[in-house]
Amino acid sequence: MAGYIIRRVLYMIPVLFGVLIVVFVLMRLIPGDPIEIFYQSGEIGGSGATSREGGEVSRKAIETLRESYNLDKSPPHQFVLYVWDVVRGDLGTSIAYRRPVVDMIASHWPATFALTMASMAVAITIGVGAGVVSAIKRHTFVDYGAQMFAILGISFPPFFVGLLLILVFAIKWQTDDGVGMLPAVSNGYGKELILPALTLGTAASAILARLTRSSMLDVLSRDYVRTARSKGLRERVVVMGHALRNALIPVVTVIGLEFGGLLAGAVIIEAVFHRQGLGLRLIDAIIDRDYPVVQGLVLLSAVIYAVANLLVDVLYTYIDPRVRLETTGS
Amino acid sequence: MAGDTIVQGETGLEAAAAPKPRSEWTMAWRRLRRNKAALAGLGILIIISLAAIFADVIATEPENHFDIMAAELPPGSEGHPLGTDDIGRDVFSRIVRGSRISLRVGFSAVTISAIVGTLIGLSAGYFGRWVDMVISRIIDVMLAFPGLLLAMTVVAALGSGLNNAMIALGVAGIPFYARVVRSTTLAARELVYVRAARAVGMSDARIMLRHILPNIVSPILIMATLGLGGAILAAAGLSFLGLGAERPSPEWGLELSSSRHLLRSSWWISTFNGLAIAITVLSINLLGDGLREALDPQAGAWSH
Repeated sequence: MAGYIIRRVLYMIPVLFGVLIVVFVLMRLIPGDPIEIFYQSGEIGGSGATSREGGEVSRKAIETLRESYNLDKSPPHQFVLYVWDVVRGDLGTSIAYRRPVVDMIASHWPATFALTMASMAVAITIGVGAGVVSAIKRHTFVDYGAQMFAILGISFPPFFVGLLLILVFAIKWQTDDGVGMLPAVSNGYGKELILPALTLGTAASAILARLTRSSMLDVLSRDYVRTARSKGLRERVVVMGHALRNALIPVVTVIGLEFGGLLAGAVIIEAVFHRQGLGLRLIDAIIDRDYPVVQGLVLLSAVIYAVANLLVDVLYTYIDPRVRLETTGS
Repeated sequence: MAGDTIVQGETGLEAAAAPKPRSEWTMAWRRLRRNKAALAGLGILIIISLAAIFADVIATEPENHFDIMAAELPPGSEGHPLGTDDIGRDVFSRIVRGSRISLRVGFSAVTISAIVGTLIGLSAGYFGRWVDMVISRIIDVMLAFPGLLLAMTVVAALGSGLNNAMIALGVAGIPFYARVVRSTTLAARELVYVRAARAVGMSDARIMLRHILPNIVSPILIMATLGLGGAILAAAGLSFLGLGAERPSPEWGLELSSSRHLLRSSWWISTFNGLAIAITVLSINLLGDGLREALDPQAGAWSH
């Protein structure tokens, strides 16, 4: 077990290093000098290098800035310096905000994390619930309804679902004093979280519902379920005790992967609700070509994703002792 | 562009059908024909494709025609069945033109992913050894980017814009095809007739294209169909985020994003554009599910 985890972690390192190389190279493909781009587009936050003055002073400030970003060195040299920084836990400094990327992550992380947790709760409740009911009531209207919901859920763009929810709960449905029932702009952790979590959660629940249903149908046709039934156990016990436990095994994988993709999933939702999380920072950084932030956030997401993957595999052995890690390791 | 995937499918189809004429595909078609949901999806998709092809005939107003005097007219207004936007452009006409963009971007992205992914996967599975090792590691790295992040990073490098978004989505889809094709090829390589072909000295390229590819056409076709829906959604998402299409393009995701501040006064602009995306993707998903059941009756996650 310990050996397996160590091997998996060791294997993660070259993959994540590959991610680092890909992101680094892609960011170097951006045409033009990033500092120059900022110089031309406006002010470099807090750096004193106010633009459009031209002249020697700001030129000099820009040269200093370029040096501080190692941009005066060759790309391979920059890469080595970057890797060394990353290893020490330094993800660089944002060009737009002149703030360490690690600091930005620390201050915007809670908004994204809360959104992820809340939407996973929504997704698991609706998704697993609908999937189980659908499988038990197979070929009934309940089943067809759940299947319909699931296919609509994967076909509707999440940003559209979000806007529809805003339209209904924040604009049309108002309290007596003319304020929407639920806020459309969402930075808090109370009822501000409801609409974004519903939006992101519904999209994920559709996938979970489909998977739970097919997994449940598969398990219900197994011999041990037939045995349990022929022993005279009540249907409820058979379904909840024998079938669900086993049917949930593949579902756990998907939950893990969805959770691991939290930042990626939050990007669009945060844009819809102007939620000040990491996803919104990533979009800004891409549009601003603030490459240290893009590098840092993409790397962070890949690390979270890889760790989530690993945890799912480890968790497997606890839920399903039949799985031997050594054989699934490849 | 759209033709490429289909042509690829058909060459494989003929080769596969050579020994026992088309029976497998005929059976699959019969199964598909019994699936009402899949047929409905196919029907809607055909209508949307026709709308895209004849967009200039169907649209009631010329492209980018605006009339500030007719701004924000509600749906059902005379001459504007779906209303007008904030500068008086006909929403219906723009949605019809938008179908052209979404289908083109979706088909192109899927074509890039499917062709490159298939070639890479075939090479890895067929040649094995170091070729497989190098390709598999590259696939691992690409798959380490969760969700849309690889596409977004590529867009960051290329700059935003519809064509760049299309390329980015195409690239981001490659590892999924490569992984499936690789494992199917590994199995197909050991088939008796493949070994026989190698024994009689047939060239590697010929073996791969004539004898192995036909075995993997149906998983590729299923992935490509479901992938088309995903690509259209993702492209609309990138445009919504401001990384794809640029104004005044009638791209659906962009329209949704640029009309959202009007949600309070003119809900119809966002709503109809959103519905256009949803209906298109829904029809493709219905067809894709049906294809999966028809081509792979044992596996289908959704089989009855």
